[in-house]
Amino acid sequence: MERALVVEDLDVRYGPVHAVRGLSLEARPGEIVGLIGANGAGKSSTLHAIMGLAPASGGTIRLGSNSLRGLRPEDVARAGVALVPEGRRVFAELTVDENLKLGQALRRQRNGTDDVLARVRSLFPVLDEFSGRQAGLLSGGQQQQLAIARALVAEPDVLLLDEPSLGLAPTMVDVVFDALTSIRERGLAILLVEQRAQRTVALADRSYVLATGSVRLELSPHQAADTDALIAAYFS
Amino acid sequence: MIGAFNIDWQTLADATALGAIYALMAVGIGLVFGVLRLVNFAYGQLIMAGAFALAVASERNWPLWAAIVLCFVVVLTLSMLLNRLVFRPLRGQSPAVMLVATFAVAFLLQNVALLKFGALGKIATSLTFLNRPVDIGGVEIRKITIVAIVVAAVSLAALHLLLERTTIGLHMRAASMDFDTARLLGVRADRVIGVAVLLSGVLAAIVAVMLTVQTPLVTSDFALHDTIIVLAGVVLGGMNRPIPATLGGFAIGFASGLLGGALPTTQSQYLPTFLFAAVILVLLVRPGGLFDRTASAERV
Repeated sequence: MERALVVEDLDVRYGPVHAVRGLSLEARPGEIVGLIGANGAGKSSTLHAIMGLAPASGGTIRLGSNSLRGLRPEDVARAGVALVPEGRRVFAELTVDENLKLGQALRRQRNGTDDVLARVRSLFPVLDEFSGRQAGLLSGGQQQQLAIARALVAEPDVLLLDEPSLGLAPTMVDVVFDALTSIRERGLAILLVEQRAQRTVALADRSYVLATGSVRLELSPHQAADTDALIAAYFS
Repeated sequence: MIGAFNIDWQTLADATALGAIYALMAVGIGLVFGVLRLVNFAYGQLIMAGAFALAVASERNWPLWAAIVLCFVVVLTLSMLLNRLVFRPLRGQSPAVMLVATFAVAFLLQNVALLKFGALGKIATSLTFLNRPVDIGGVEIRKITIVAIVVAAVSLAALHLLLERTTIGLHMRAASMDFDTARLLGVRADRVIGVAVLLSGVLAAIVAVMLTVQTPLVTSDFALHDTIIVLAGVVLGGMNRPIPATLGGFAIGFASGLLGGALPTTQSQYLPTFLFAAVILVLLVRPGGLFDRTASAERV
């Protein structure tokens, strides 16, 4: 059975604020789906609603045939969805290994743990090098790699990323985007929220442009070079 | 005027024992604060309930082991009820709401005890033999002093191992640093909080056993005074990390024991004044607590 992440007609309200209005999207295994748009367009709210961090007031959220709507964050995680949160949120006082162990301890199957760790370490060799170091002592780019690795060791079906390139040096942005390509090859579905519109459109199989809580425009990789012009033309 | 200080080895030993007991209480309060951001003001009443359990058992001439088992059963049952009926429904509310709720629970338990056991209270005698002294190198030290220090050291070491070496310990540490992110990784909130409350209850039961040796007369305000001092100690040390909380609890217990021994009996009513003045002074100088490490700033 194909375990695609399907969101249909999603509504999210924070009190009087209607953050997401009737948003629909799908991310299938082996696919990167980009979500771009201005601040406050509803990108993060969409991710939070999928994870159960924000209550969805309408619509459906499914992984394969399982409904995720109304589940607690820990249960969404255990169902196979991992979020790499904005700002990385690594546990600064825990070591790199302990951070990874946190993701790993919640794996649904206990066997094959070492394989998963080995794969994640080959993807981000720096984590192997600094395994015993406190995560708070890593650079921002290294912390971002740790945050992605921590999500991957749980072996999710779907990986959600909230602005992974925010505040990173350009070389580190390359490392993160290259890693996403390798992760896609392993058959994960990736939903990528980003500010770097052009790079996201180039990387993703499909990108949705959000404004005021709904999808306004869909872009494919061959339109990457014209991303800014297309977005500007659409909203003018 | 304060008379001449007279600190001898016995006073030092007693102060260390009081510090050890307060350290246990501080960790008990700190564990729950870590995962719930909740100051459990009713902690002293859990200890009080355990002490009444010991008193009732000794009144009925139960063997010592049975009395201690009863104490643990009572304190742990109350802890779990408190978690289920108060902490869980109020989770996510503002700290003020939760603090006031635990005040309410504290007064409720205290008044239930007053109704059930009366204003005169009961006497727990099964462990009073620990008040007899032993001679160590010419210094007479009460057995309870040694027992309290050893039990506290063993309990804290066991707790440290649990937090550092086990999966649930790692989950608890992660949850006390950033609960939302821990949940995103699949850490079960109810389980982590349940275990923290339970461990906190185990420590309360241990403290109940120790304190009834020192104060066999159990009344409805048993351990109330100690809890207030320990709360100051926890704030003094730093709230949400076990080691600073332990040190804060120990420091205030030790200081309190030392001052109590040093002040002449006619002046001992001023003890809390000195203690809290010291706490205020420390917090003015180090608002983050005595043992706060502000090293790990966020990096970009």
